[in-house]
Amino acid sequence: MTHDPRLSIIDKRLESVKNIIAIGSGKGGVGKSTFSSLLSLFLNKKGYKIGLLDLDIYGPSNHVILNAEDKYPEEEYGLKPVNVNGIDFMSIIYFTQNKPLIMRGKELTDTILEIFAITRWRDLDYLIIDMPPGMGEVLLDLIRFIKNLQFLIITNPTKIALETVEKLINFLKEGNYLILGLVENMKIKDDNFVKEKCQELNIKYLGHISFYENIEENYGNIEKLINPSLEKELNQIVSNFIQKS
Amino acid sequence: MHEWALAEAVVKSAIDMAQKKNLSQIKLLFLRVGEVQQIDMEVFNYAIKELSKGTILENSEIKYEIFPAKLVCNNCGNIWSYMESFQGLTDEEKEAIHFIPETIHVYMKCPKCKSADFEIKEGRGVFIEDIK
Repeated sequence: MTHDPRLSIIDKRLESVKNIIAIGSGKGGVGKSTFSSLLSLFLNKKGYKIGLLDLDIYGPSNHVILNAEDKYPEEEYGLKPVNVNGIDFMSIIYFTQNKPLIMRGKELTDTILEIFAITRWRDLDYLIIDMPPGMGEVLLDLIRFIKNLQFLIITNPTKIALETVEKLINFLKEGNYLILGLVENMKIKDDNFVKEKCQELNIKYLGHISFYENIEENYGNIEKLINPSLEKELNQIVSNFIQKS
Repeated sequence: MHEWALAEAVVKSAIDMAQKKNLSQIKLLFLRVGEVQQIDMEVFNYAIKELSKGTILENSEIKYEIFPAKLVCNNCGNIWSYMESFQGLTDEEKEAIHFIPETIHVYMKCPKCKSADFEIKEGRGVFIEDIK
């Protein structure tokens, strides 16, 4: 009857978090991390208490977007997330010295469990979880270990991305997991391709983020990341899901 | 200390397990502690005792079995002891592994074939083996 005590403590670690939103897509390269960081910054600016957890263990990147590389979580009966402009931030990057972490699936599960078991989140309105691409360990572990999880799906407006995104949506719908809706990222053309797909899949179209050619120049510069036009788009997206959560 | 976070998880788990077994008092808590995390046993034991106060775990006997860590290379099949490689780690690397044992994959390779494709076969984490 060997028991892993980490399984019993996760709920307690998250007991002061009102909403947990996993930003997922299934597909890589659609802007999950950028959107996760932007959403966290925007909600924080709106006065919400925000946590951001980068669960892309093989390819973490929120620390680059938020310029959070030179900080370290403080030890206090576990680990306190790093404070980035008022956002509580945790990432595997603080343990890897930015070197590759190469391992197989079971160990990925152990890594995720350990992060949840030792991270002490304060009271938060939203914990945003940046998910990796794929529909493997991280997705299944989140579903297994985290209660009241809500999914926010993101895609770019291409058939290639939606081919996979649709599979994730169908999987979540079949399991009756809560989907807040879908965000169309990097929108260039003024068309209804993604909106129509949402209607077909019967999920809410939350809004879009335009393709900002120069956004990368502002990675690491929190003050400049969100321009007025992007702020308007984020506001539209947030107003479409916030009352639901 | 990280040991306190682990101790908190152990205490909560043990109490949950006791409730499922309808135990009104835990007389024995038997823990298996893997070598990889290099847990400070004195702090860990103290933390468990402190956190047990006022619970059904208070005054229970706590037995520990320390499990040596065994690493197995998926590439060449080599099996080696974690402690063989441990001395070569810096304090920062040891601390990272202390918090997230899987970061061992960042700082170690198979000593025989230098592959990063190995697994922690034994000696990872803390487990409750039994309660009575």
